[in-house]
Amino acid sequence: MTIIEGKVWKFGDNVDTDVIVPGKYLIGDIDEIAEHVMEGIRPGFAELVNKGDVLVGGKNFGTGSSREVAPRAIQAAGVSAIVAESFARIFFRNCINVGFVPLECPTAGEIEEGQHLHIDTVAGEITVIETGISHHALKLPTEIGEILEAGGLEPLLKLRIGGRT
Amino acid sequence: MGMTLAEKIIARAGGRDVVRPDDVLWVEVDVAMTHDSSGPRRFWPSLRELGVGVWNPEKLVIVADHYVPAADVGSARILQTTREFVKEYGITRFHEAEGISHTLMVEKAYVRPGMLYVGGDSHSLTAGVLGCLAIGVGSTDMLGIVATGRTWLRVPKTIRVLIDGGLPTGVTAKDLILTIIGEQGMDGGLYRVLEFGGEAIAGMDIEERSVLTNMCAEIGAKSGIVPADATTVAYLADRDIDVPTGPVSDQDAVFETTWGYDASAVVPVVARPHKHDDVVAAADAGEAPLSRAYIGACTGAKYGDLAMAAEVLAGRKVAPGVLLQVAPASRAALRQAMESGVAQILMDAGAHILSTGCGACPGIGTGVLGPGEVCISTTSRNARGRMGSPDSEVWLGSPYSVAAAAVAGHVVDPREMLAVPV
Repeated sequence: MTIIEGKVWKFGDNVDTDVIVPGKYLIGDIDEIAEHVMEGIRPGFAELVNKGDVLVGGKNFGTGSSREVAPRAIQAAGVSAIVAESFARIFFRNCINVGFVPLECPTAGEIEEGQHLHIDTVAGEITVIETGISHHALKLPTEIGEILEAGGLEPLLKLRIGGRT
Repeated sequence: MGMTLAEKIIARAGGRDVVRPDDVLWVEVDVAMTHDSSGPRRFWPSLRELGVGVWNPEKLVIVADHYVPAADVGSARILQTTREFVKEYGITRFHEAEGISHTLMVEKAYVRPGMLYVGGDSHSLTAGVLGCLAIGVGSTDMLGIVATGRTWLRVPKTIRVLIDGGLPTGVTAKDLILTIIGEQGMDGGLYRVLEFGGEAIAGMDIEERSVLTNMCAEIGAKSGIVPADATTVAYLADRDIDVPTGPVSDQDAVFETTWGYDASAVVPVVARPHKHDDVVAAADAGEAPLSRAYIGACTGAKYGDLAMAAEVLAGRKVAPGVLLQVAPASRAALRQAMESGVAQILMDAGAHILSTGCGACPGIGTGVLGPGEVCISTTSRNARGRMGSPDSEVWLGSPYSVAAAAVAGHVVDPREMLAVPV
């Protein structure tokens, strides 16, 4: 997906995987987990969010544990993209591996809750529809672009392993 | 221009002569670890779909530590899946309920200096204490490694962390790393490798050093590494492994920056509830009443941690209204505590000894917190709801601080109970 449009849900700095998906839900499958996504920081979020909405975070988004269900649950709840000033590194990897573009945007803090964004994920351009102000996401290295183009690491592995045999 | 230790390890694993920060490359992993929570139950179906097996069963370590002992049928199913995977692919280095994965990787010396080790958990960084580059990843990354032995890495910048002086009595590596995190912030080392050195590090044993590499996860780092020195060589020799000291960073390696600390100026500190970088001196923490004290996790329940707690608890009792729970980081730690008398001291003081495993630390195992509970813990994280109810509070501190708080009923400077001049 290259063009995304959606409403903003704004979060602060250091949003931890323990509040994205509290440990007690890890026992379940992804659909059950998604019903509780962000529960530790904004109870009821899963019911409030609409398909296509965008999460905007501050610094170090997704800090904490390696649980890949954190980005997966956000994705499964209908969120189309995450924009943050910076990402915690395992969360960043997990997003790429599950085919969910992490947009690292140093000026994300200027974006406000409830605004609507128009995002060109390939160009890394994020425009606030209400104000026309544009923000820029850092460009991802080519090698990471390849994984995202395949739709994530698993589809890429399928291509590579399939190609070998 | 030379390379840092982390750059050297990545270059070797990637088949290159030289790498520089921000290069992205595919590398061969020397050893990998996955556990019951993020492991086979998550990636096995995909592995089957790929139509391949485990790239090298001898290089894969599997540990069941999150859902042990099974507290319900769902947990038991996760453990069964883990065992079935181990059997199907002939994994010999499998440990169930024997200890926490990160503790076992070090205790059993499954990593060696100079190796590239990738584990399917954020605290995999712990193993960097033995001079390897230890990196934590999620389940799909682990799927890729289990299937092919390869993964992609972006070369991190290295920050040199030089700790001069020596830690005063009653002050621990936990106080030191919390002090560093408090100053640098929980994203202060984002995407970086922290390379530890200096007089204070040279004076610490492997267990204490491992608290530093363990909690590099709490400063956002990709890894923390202690180049192998005489202490490392002796630790490995005790396990019948013969290695030389090093490898080390080149003399002309480029570090992004150097953080210098004086260990002798560090005091007992605690992190206040909900933010592990909200660090204050234990003496200034106030006297909010505690309902729980927890000595557990890969961070704070190795033998040395239990022994520190025993130093405080000898001849004392846990305060009424406080439940002190101890979940040893490994069976070996518990056995040593039983043989040395430390376990007896903990029990005489009123401690409840739990099974070894991740336990209450990630809010999964036994001993989780209910609403309104206030806990002080030797673990590494205290985000809201980490250890149970979102309405509970967790303070983080050293084994000395947790034991002393358990006796006092609130946070105190533990040196008050160690007969040390404050």
